[in-house]
Amino acid sequence: MRTANRTPSSPAVLPEIVRDASLIWLASGIVGVSFGAIAVAGGLPVWVPVVMSLVVYAGSAQFSAVAVLLAGGGPLAATATGLLLNTRTAAYSLAVADILGSGWFSRLAGAHLVTDETVAFALAQQDPLRRRTAFWVSGLGLFAAWNTGVLIGALAGGALGDTDAYGLDAAFPAVLVALTLPAVRKDAAVRRAALLGAVVAVAVTVTPGVPAGVPVLLALVGLALYRRGAAA
Amino acid sequence: MSPTVAVILALAVGTYAFRLVGPVLHGRVELSARVQELLSAGAVVLLVALLATGALTEGDGFAGWARPAGVLVGGVLAWRRAPFVVVVLGAAVVTAVLRLAGVA
Repeated sequence: MRTANRTPSSPAVLPEIVRDASLIWLASGIVGVSFGAIAVAGGLPVWVPVVMSLVVYAGSAQFSAVAVLLAGGGPLAATATGLLLNTRTAAYSLAVADILGSGWFSRLAGAHLVTDETVAFALAQQDPLRRRTAFWVSGLGLFAAWNTGVLIGALAGGALGDTDAYGLDAAFPAVLVALTLPAVRKDAAVRRAALLGAVVAVAVTVTPGVPAGVPVLLALVGLALYRRGAAA
Repeated sequence: MSPTVAVILALAVGTYAFRLVGPVLHGRVELSARVQELLSAGAVVLLVALLATGALTEGDGFAGWARPAGVLVGGVLAWRRAPFVVVVLGAAVVTAVLRLAGVA
């Protein structure tokens, strides 16, 4: 974050934070449009992606839950996949617990804003005041951008026709590439675990008769290599 | 309750519960570094599995060449530290152009 080394409490803190966070908002808004469009183009009613985005508010879990639903994987697999993906927000919420503020309202409301992007953005700031400002500004802005994007995509989804023609089906895997590449690049143990998990998931997916959602859960066997790698 | 409503409710309640762990436990319990590592490694493993199956498969078959080619271009862009928007749009555009050119 290029603003991270400025002096604390400068009067220009808020504009700086808004300027950097707006890049995250724009990117997430576009991904939100694709989420809404994919969900509706896949046959779900408009309210499903819109309500889901407001109350679940977790991009990758929403994408995967909708993907499992649209693939006919069933509600249990969709829920399990989404929740497993969101276990990481527990670790995030511990990391930002002292940033949210001390009142119960700010803790309860702030918890809902805990996402990969907002936590990373907040923790990149130098002093506690900036971290708190960054968390709330980027968090509230991201919530607005994501949900607006999803609404636009859901309303346009039907009008877009065949979203495959626009390559939207390649957008979601590409989002995951961008989000996971830093961790995969820097940590060999994570790389081994993820590679094994991906091979298992693809192999199980092309096995006829296996319900959607199961292959991705089975990818967790890749963590066996993570343990061994870390112990070695 | 329709199955879809049940999924949304369960995801919303479960996810919010995860997000409350920090604010509720703050100052009381500390997750070991090992557990935090394992949680984040597990998330990455799940995400990479999702991207691999999402890029390569459709139903229980091969997704065709246009989609994985687009994702691969996105991967190269991400590797070269291109901005997030460029990675995502780059993948979509390459796939769309390939389909326009007749690649499945």
